[in-house]
Amino acid sequence: MVAVDTYPTMAEAAGALAEGSRYLGGGTIVMRAVNYGDQSFDRIVRAAQVDRGVGSDAGGIRIGAATTMADILSAPDLVFLHPVARSIGGPAIRNMATVGGNLFAENPYGDMAVALLALDAQVVMTSGQSQPIESFLADRDHARGIVGAVIVPRVDQHAFRFRKVSRVKPKGVSVMSIAANLRHGDPRVAFGNMAPVPTRARGAERALAQGVNDSSITAACAACTEGLQPADDALASAWYRAEVAPVHLKRLLLNEGAV
Amino acid sequence: MTKKPISFMLNDAEIGIFVGEGAPLIDELRRNAGDLTPKQGCNQGTCGACTVLIDGVPHLSCITLAETVDGKRIDTTGGLAGGPNLHALQDAFIQGFAAQCGFCTSGMLMAAKALLDANPNPSRDQVIEAISGNLCRCTGYEPIVDAILAAAARLQGRAV
Repeated sequence: MVAVDTYPTMAEAAGALAEGSRYLGGGTIVMRAVNYGDQSFDRIVRAAQVDRGVGSDAGGIRIGAATTMADILSAPDLVFLHPVARSIGGPAIRNMATVGGNLFAENPYGDMAVALLALDAQVVMTSGQSQPIESFLADRDHARGIVGAVIVPRVDQHAFRFRKVSRVKPKGVSVMSIAANLRHGDPRVAFGNMAPVPTRARGAERALAQGVNDSSITAACAACTEGLQPADDALASAWYRAEVAPVHLKRLLLNEGAV
Repeated sequence: MTKKPISFMLNDAEIGIFVGEGAPLIDELRRNAGDLTPKQGCNQGTCGACTVLIDGVPHLSCITLAETVDGKRIDTTGGLAGGPNLHALQDAFIQGFAAQCGFCTSGMLMAAKALLDANPNPSRDQVIEAISGNLCRCTGYEPIVDAILAAAARLQGRAV
């Protein structure tokens, strides 16, 4: 059985986290684990006051960790993230699932984290410490504390692309998801469900650094699985994922076909 | 194991119950509050059978921590009918054979109610999107989509 301790603020909840406890955000990950008898924790920690706001920040747009996918869909400043939020779950899940929780969502979930990785977001803990999302994701199993917010640098909305490959529409989990920020000179390409955590496709980024044209697209697709470690699951085999990743990346870069 | 007292509005009735620590809302609604209309399906937030409205917004009661609804309003299929008069959605589901085994039906009805409350005149695509989190293994969805559109038309006073 699970004990539940509620603290006034997220910072106080962070101070109360210990071995065997999990922080409850929207519930879509933690309550599911409770229902399935997860024995790795016996205490839920939560906060009465949570950060559910979207606003401007010196570094870009600040999204509170408790902001839900539905909140993103109603935020005009986050228009570029609307296709990402819309691709996650059905309406009820979008009313519950949070941005902070998505950073911890294991495969085949976590599409928002893929987008935030391509956007070079910063992850801000309630302690005030901040780190790039790439290193945060790589070490998320050992994360200490509670995520308070993510900060998304200002982005040219036309340069940002996202596509989720799923077998069922409109709602289905990812075979893979791809996000790209095709800014000039320093592009980002990130894959979800192609490695244990959302991962940058550095080979593709290198190829696209000279700009997006026919030859750089060909080179990017040829190099896109470099550094990825796709796995077999019930949706697709690792072999299939590696074979079709260049196809889906090419469609994303050419902006063609239905998402 | 301590129990926590909470009170909330359940379909226009104010109720107070003691909920178990860590208990999901669906268990407390069914076993403790006596409302058997939300159905327990996958228990992992995938099937939508347990959909209820919390303050008017669809939530999955199987992955909602029960104690978090203290002070809120919950609507379930149990509150849809007014006495002997079925809600237009319930009527349309019956008329259109939109329920076969019926297990998904109460979740479908709540997802549809949330849609029609926010958007009384939805397109077919908007209906499909609104019930995209609710699985049905019997109907193939078409009768359900048709029924929701028929209910919307009736509520708007339009011919179907």
